[in-house]
Amino acid sequence: MVVTRMGDGSFITMSKDEVRRDIEEGMADAVKRGKIDPLGVDEIDHLVDICCRPQKFVSVEKGNELILSYDSGALKITRLGIPIGMPQIMQLYERAFAADSLELAYVHYSFKPIKSIVPEEQYAVAETSLVTTAPLLYGAMPNLPLYTKPDGPCDNAAELLPAGKIEEARRAQEEAVDYAVKDMVFVSSGVYEAGADGIDFDTTGAAGDAEFYATLLATEKLRAKYPDMAIEIGMAGEFVLGFHGQLEYDGVRLAGLYPHKQVKLAEKAGASVFGAVVNTNSSRTFPWNLGRAVTFCKACAEAATIPVHANVGMGVGAVPLVMTPPIDCVSRASTAMAEVGKLDGL
Amino acid sequence: MALAHMHASGMGGIRTAGDLVARMQLSKKMRLNEAKEYVAGKLKVSVEDLVDEVIMNEVRQDLDISTVYAGMGEMSRGIESKFRIAKLLDLEINSVQRFLRKTNWQY
Repeated sequence: MVVTRMGDGSFITMSKDEVRRDIEEGMADAVKRGKIDPLGVDEIDHLVDICCRPQKFVSVEKGNELILSYDSGALKITRLGIPIGMPQIMQLYERAFAADSLELAYVHYSFKPIKSIVPEEQYAVAETSLVTTAPLLYGAMPNLPLYTKPDGPCDNAAELLPAGKIEEARRAQEEAVDYAVKDMVFVSSGVYEAGADGIDFDTTGAAGDAEFYATLLATEKLRAKYPDMAIEIGMAGEFVLGFHGQLEYDGVRLAGLYPHKQVKLAEKAGASVFGAVVNTNSSRTFPWNLGRAVTFCKACAEAATIPVHANVGMGVGAVPLVMTPPIDCVSRASTAMAEVGKLDGL
Repeated sequence: MALAHMHASGMGGIRTAGDLVARMQLSKKMRLNEAKEYVAGKLKVSVEDLVDEVIMNEVRQDLDISTVYAGMGEMSRGIESKFRIAKLLDLEINSVQRFLRKTNWQY
């Protein structure tokens, strides 16, 4: 029997045939929803092998390594309650954690609150850039809901929609887009001018199509302003929610897009790296989630012309939806994304 | 979790050549294999060597582009090594450009 886990992290045992069946069913779900190609027989066999190895930890074969980037990497140390400054956290990532790239971040990980402390963040970026060697990004979330009342100036679409005020909800989201784009461009410009290699728009689209739209517009403006800036667009979920429903970018309706189509718009806007997300279903098994996530991400990597870094963390990329992701699942998902998903990074 | 990924599939950062390959992805939008081949060519090593800690430690020492032991000895570190990396990889690194502007140096 194979010891594996559910998507909520709990241990289960399965036969090898059951593992294969769940991988195939997860893959079939991705194929149906995304209208994408299934994995080949050899690729399914490889996933079965990765899931069924008895070791607690698995890894790629030598030569199949990829690049690691980090969403709010710096805050992982802050959340542990270890009171050290950002430049020192970045040095730890570089010299102790073997990070391929670095991401500096502020604890209020959204552009709107960061706007008012850009000078302090510029200090942290400038200091860090003097003492680190690896590429340095600054990360934050577009977080469109922060622009709604009572925290912001715009009416709240989440209150307008249940009241049947569809047009008012759309106008409110469009107004929030304008504010968000200005903040994203302002903060990103500030940290770039201070010496960062670029920006990471993390959890893009968490508030739906309007937030994805805002991020694409901000990317477009930054690319025009700074041709050499590194811009990573990492998504919040596998599917762009149609909270507005009518927004288009480059003639493509944003609502309902899956990763292999999201990446084409990120490329068009000028992104350097795209972060594909596939959500973990906590009620299904790890093999089911792995088959599904790898199928989506492989299709995205095949469609892309820019590097694709899949999000493989708490509750995404087949990793169980828990605060302390088990390394048996993390290492298997990591290996599968590199060797079957053929991704450029995670 | 970052450590689990590093052990399972990461290139190894400045322990090896992960930071250099990452730079080519972020700066030039190179896909993984293209970025590995570009960096290997510039370092005059094989693609397989890029993830070998022993070989890459020696290469990084020879090129003076920083290793994990950045706090020790006379090796370049931080911005110093990025000046060398920019030249080695034929790149403009933003923090290097800023350093040049702020010090009014020509390079």
